[in-house]
Amino acid sequence: MIAIVDYGMGNLRSVEKAFHNVGHHAFITNRPKDIAGAERVVLPGVGAFAAAVENLKASGMSKAVTEAVKAGKPFLGICLGFQLLFSESMEFGLTEGLGLVPGRVTGFFAPGDRTPETDALKIPHMGWNELKICSPAPLLEGFPRGGMVYFVHSFYAVPGNSAVIATTTRHGIEFCSSIWKDNMFGVQFHPEKSGALGLALLKKFGDWKV
Amino acid sequence: MLAKRIIPCFDVKEGRVVKGTKFVNLKDAGDPVELAALYDKEGADEIIFLDITASHEKRKTIIDVASRTAEQVFIPFTVGGGISTVEDFRQILKVGADKCSINTSAVQTPNLIREAADKFGSQCVVVAIDAKHNDSRPGNWEVYIHGGRTATGLDVLKWAEEVEKLGAGEILLTSMDADGTKAGYDIPLTRAVADSVGIPVIASGGAGTLEHLYDGLTAGGAEAALIASMVHYKIHSIKEIKDYLGARGIAVRPVL
Repeated sequence: MIAIVDYGMGNLRSVEKAFHNVGHHAFITNRPKDIAGAERVVLPGVGAFAAAVENLKASGMSKAVTEAVKAGKPFLGICLGFQLLFSESMEFGLTEGLGLVPGRVTGFFAPGDRTPETDALKIPHMGWNELKICSPAPLLEGFPRGGMVYFVHSFYAVPGNSAVIATTTRHGIEFCSSIWKDNMFGVQFHPEKSGALGLALLKKFGDWKV
Repeated sequence: MLAKRIIPCFDVKEGRVVKGTKFVNLKDAGDPVELAALYDKEGADEIIFLDITASHEKRKTIIDVASRTAEQVFIPFTVGGGISTVEDFRQILKVGADKCSINTSAVQTPNLIREAADKFGSQCVVVAIDAKHNDSRPGNWEVYIHGGRTATGLDVLKWAEEVEKLGAGEILLTSMDADGTKAGYDIPLTRAVADSVGIPVIASGGAGTLEHLYDGLTAGGAEAALIASMVHYKIHSIKEIKDYLGARGIAVRPVL
């Protein structure tokens, strides 16, 4: 059973429907004890980092999610749910994240990264873009060369240890578009909106034996 | 690098797809959900539903369409037509749509753009602009509302800049002069709007050939091309479109 964490950040129905479409049972919950009882956990989310952290803490979900990850349950963070795994975010001032992965979330584009190329690009980074595979992440097995997935975001994660980077994507700069560390997988893109390739990833998550 | 997007658009009336009035009497062209799922499989990058249901009480059918679409379509989709309040946004996004497109209501209540962007994020807010060449002021275009029936006196470029400032995430730009002609997008209009704003412009109206799509995405400066009759009448498949654009050096999401 896959628990989708509801902490008041965005619409989770698309994620639930996508799991159902690939034959996995998933349910949306805002109760920490459901997370403790679930076999797998998904942290989705759209919106502001600071509000998300506040909601997670207030609902007791922050602790439940951290415990689930530490217990070794297969875990998937999507978009904001992926960014929340990191130590901190620079979005509207420095905010502490869940700290499950060392690293920082920062905005497009840091002054030092700005070039004529980045100046011509639009923020948010929204649309279909390529994944460059950097590690043998089990959820990306069989992902085709040149395959594209759907992104909507203005901030991106910079892991402290580059060994966790599963894929990178180019938007003016090469940024980390997913991570894989033990039982944790996190994606900056939206697999539930990425057509057949996204559905394949969700299918693999439901079958993933850590 | 972001791919340029190919976006099929459906006119939906009382929950069914209808084909344009310029064409023969094919009033009912099928279930929007089935067609959207088919185009998803064929490689469309997004889907847009435009609700043209006239009567207010039957408008809830579009919510049902959006909800059923979210069961079967796993690419972003937009619903437009008749959305005039933040509550309308909420209902449509809640059942699984990714974006709402507003047109008349944005002109009548510009603050709706800001409110919706604040509540749901700019990425959810598409402002559709129907533009017509202004005969009395050559080189200028005027904004029309009410499905192209009412002139507003607004200058298209000024309005485009205004909607961006208010928080719109994208502009769906339809040339009323080019629409239905199959003679190509209005390139000067598209380029002028794309150069005036920093948000993506979706070119609409007039595409009849693959080359027209190429022109809209290059000379026109659009990030996405809206297509209707070209795919609805099976003149070209989405794969043919993508293969053609890809071969001409445009970054498109490959159809696998």
